[in-house]
Order: sequence, then C-alpha cells, then structure tokens
Amino acid sequence: MSENDNKKKNTEDRFLAEENKQRIVISPEGEEITINPLEDYFCDERPEIVAPKNKVVEKFLNWARAESLWVLGFGTGCGSIEIPPLLTPRFDAFRFGVQMRPTPRQSSVIIISGYLAVKTLKRVIRSYEQMQSPKYVIALGSCTINGGMYYDSYNTINRLDYYIPVDTYVTGCMPRPEALLAGFNHLKERIKAGKAEGANEYAEKFDWYKANQKKIIKDWNMPDYNW
Amino acid sequence: MNQTIIKLLYTLLGLFIVLNWGMLMGATMRKIVARLAGRYGIPIYQPWISLINLYTKRTSITHGMMFYLGPVFRLGGGVGMFLFIPMIFGSEHFSNFSWSGDLVLILYFQFFGMLGMALGAGEGGHPYSIIGISRGLAQFTTVEIPMTLAVISIAIQYNTLSITEIVAAQQGSIFNWTLFTNPLATAAAMLSLLGIFRHAPFNLVKAPNEIPIGPPTEYHSSFLGVLRTNNAILHVVEAVLFMNLFFGGATNWIELIVKSFFIYFWSVFVGVVSPRFRIEQSVTWFLKIPLVIGILAIIIFI
Repeated sequence: MSENDNKKKNTEDRFLAEENKQRIVISPEGEEITINPLEDYFCDERPEIVAPKNKVVEKFLNWARAESLWVLGFGTGCGSIEIPPLLTPRFDAFRFGVQMRPTPRQSSVIIISGYLAVKTLKRVIRSYEQMQSPKYVIALGSCTINGGMYYDSYNTINRLDYYIPVDTYVTGCMPRPEALLAGFNHLKERIKAGKAEGANEYAEKFDWYKANQKKIIKDWNMPDYNW
Repeated sequence: MNQTIIKLLYTLLGLFIVLNWGMLMGATMRKIVARLAGRYGIPIYQPWISLINLYTKRTSITHGMMFYLGPVFRLGGGVGMFLFIPMIFGSEHFSNFSWSGDLVLILYFQFFGMLGMALGAGEGGHPYSIIGISRGLAQFTTVEIPMTLAVISIAIQYNTLSITEIVAAQQGSIFNWTLFTNPLATAAAMLSLLGIFRHAPFNLVKAPNEIPIGPPTEYHSSFLGVLRTNNAILHVVEAVLFMNLFFGGATNWIELIVKSFFIYFWSVFVGVVSPRFRIEQSVTWFLKIPLVIGILAIIIFI
C-alpha cells in the first residue's frame, strides 16, 4: 500500500481514535517525520502455523502443558463471578495445576465466562491474539454456545466459535465451579491427546475468522493481527 | 589448568543443586501458605512443570535488544552472586570463586540484576512495567541501606571483607555466631531481608493483583523462564549469604539446606500474617526502624 493510500484510508476511518491517526510531527532537529501509530506501534504480521515436534517429545510437552494451565484473569458476563471461588479452600484449583495470570502474554488459557457483548468481543480478540501459542479457550455457559437467554439480543454474539477456536464448552446457566473444574479436566485430556491445537487452527483459518469478526464488529479500528 | 576445570565442574554441580533446592523450597513455601489458608495447595513438582512449559512455548515475541538482555542481566546477577559466595565452609570444591573482597562484590551483584531488569522492562514499552520498575528500584534502594550498614558493622567487627573469614570467625560454638556477638547488625539485616525476598508486606512490586505483576508484565515464554530460574537461584543464594554472615555458615549440604530453609521461612512467616504496604509506606518503613538499628550497630564499634 502506498503512503498516499494509507493516509487516505486513515483520514477516512472515522472510528480511529485521535491518537492512532497518522500525523506529521517535527523532531527536535527540525525534521518533519510522519508517524502512523497503527504501523509503528503494532505488529501486523499474520499468525503462522507451528507444526508439533516429533511424537514422543510432543507427548511429554503436552503433558507439561496440561499440568500447568495458566488462566488469564479476564471476566465477561455473569460467569466471571464463578471463577474467584475456584481459588478458595472449597474448590482449590491450584491442586490441578491451574493458576491465574494477570497478563495475556503469560497465560495459556482464556475463559469466556458467559455472554459476550460485541464491545467485549473486541477485547477478547486482542487478548487472545496477544497470548502465546499453544493457547486454549474454555467457553463457559450456554451463552457462548447458542446465545442462551440473550439469543435475540442486539448486542451479544450467539456462537463463540465463529470468532475464536474453542477447545472446551462447559454448559449450564450458570455452571457451578465444580462444572468448571470438570471443564479444566476435560481440557487437560484433550491437550494430552494432542487434540487442542486451537492456535494452529486460528492461523490456518485466519481469513475466515477475521471475516466473521469484522462482520460483527462495526467499529474495527485496530490492526488485523495485534501480537 | 586441570584443577580449574575440576573446580568449574564442581561449581556447575553446586549451581544445579542450588537451582533445584530453590525450586523445591519455593514449592514447599507455597504449600505451607496454602495449608495455612486451608487449601491443599500445588503439587510439589509444579515449579518444574511450569518451567518446562515456559521454555517450550511455541511462539514468543520481542520488543528489541534490551528486552532480550533484561532477563540475561537478571540471571547474570543471580549466578554472579552464586559464583562469589562460599557455599560450604571448609569445602575445597564448593567454596566457588570466593576471594578476599567478595562481600563488596556481592552487594554490587544484588543491585545488578535489578538494573538489568529495569532496562529490559523499559524496552517492553508497557506503561505498567515502567511503574512497576520505578517502584521496585525505589524500594530496593531503601532495602539496601540497612543491609549495607549491617554489612559494614560486621566488617568492622571481624576486620575483614572476606565471607570465608567471617564464617571462620563464627565457628566453634553457637554463641560465636554473629547473631549473638552482634545482635544489632543481625536485626537490621533480617529486617532488610524481608524487602529482599519481597513477600508481604513488601510485595507490592510483583504482586499479580496490583498493576499486573509489575516489571515482567510483557515477559513470557523463555524470557519468563529465565526470570523464574534466576528467582530460584537468587532465593537460595541470598539465604546462604545471610547464613554465612549471621548464622555461622554451613559445613555440609544438609546444614545449608536446613539453615537456608529457616532463613527463607522467616520472610514467608512475616508474609502470611501481614497485609501489603503501599510503596511510600514500605520506603518510609525501611528508613525508620531498620535504618536506626543499622546506625546503632555501627556506632557501638566506634
């Protein structure tokens, strides 16, 4: 894309935040520099498929991945209130190797806990793409499967796996923490069997996922892939 | 030449033991904290699995040269400290590369890793890591002051800057330990130890539920793996330093393990019964009681 096209595209983009628009600034030396935050601050590269290593090594690594699930502290909808009890003495998810991490960079599991508003979907996509492969998604509650009681809402999505690849569904409205623990165990079995390849699936069908996401997010104002 | 290689191999063996003991000690402490809270807690082998998991992540991204070097500097600080501390007193092989002025060098290495981390976290570009690292440096600077005063005090007391000689002076009886011969310096150092191990009340810098996890916000996969490896080494090495200076050193590995466990346990013990300080509270705390005790510990020798 030439510079002019880029500029044109940016000025036309009415959803773009003011600080993200392309602009010309004067450097301390008096030179004029063009700054395009979307290109300068974000990496716009497509995700790549990373093939698993040989069978024996991968089996061992999958075991290690399954026994150490680092969950992103990210709550959407009513299900997020079911997650804190997991860490209390009553349910104690630590004994299954489940830990909460505060940043997407360090976590390997994201729990979509209930109905997903379109505005939140945008944040989910950004968080999911910042996580490092291999990464897994647990969808909690009926709302992520078919919309649940919000099936005809104007502002929530109905099926989560149109937008990001889901590894495990936990049904119910709301599922209790025990159900979520069972979900973790199911995810572990899938990882150990080598079936949880969500990150590669996302890279493989990237265009399809992006088209779906852009269809529902009308104010798309971020790069297509923001690591 | 041959002897140097043998010494190097023994040092590597020592590093391997220290790393694994550090991970086991960390896991044990987490287990103790969990039992205190009425939980079952993590499996004892959890830190090893997490480490394998981190080192074998399929993807990782970088923010530039300093982002790579940050964890390397941090590990350099930990391993550097290990190299110059005599682990086992009287052992030819496990006294590492200690020499007559190693105490000063170790005080320097304590800060070295922190500065490397500051540069790396700064390059990460995340505003939270900048806040985290400025908090960390502010706190660690004030932690160092009582610690350094205590070290100066025992340097005057034993008239040496060599850790081996300080340990040698404490041999014979339990009452020869610095704990009994210089209780003021020991008190100042043990209070600053709370800040070095960064459990509550001084864990604001790296607590996951404050600004997300502080300086290593952007660190992931093998970068974080290196930081965790260093953490395990550093915990043991710091405990061994305090053991050598104040608790008579160790003449075998069992003694080292028992003593370093209890020194680390001291900070965990204070941690589980304390709430968290804000950063200005912890900075002023270190500049009050520990500082006064540290100055007194020097004054009595003048």
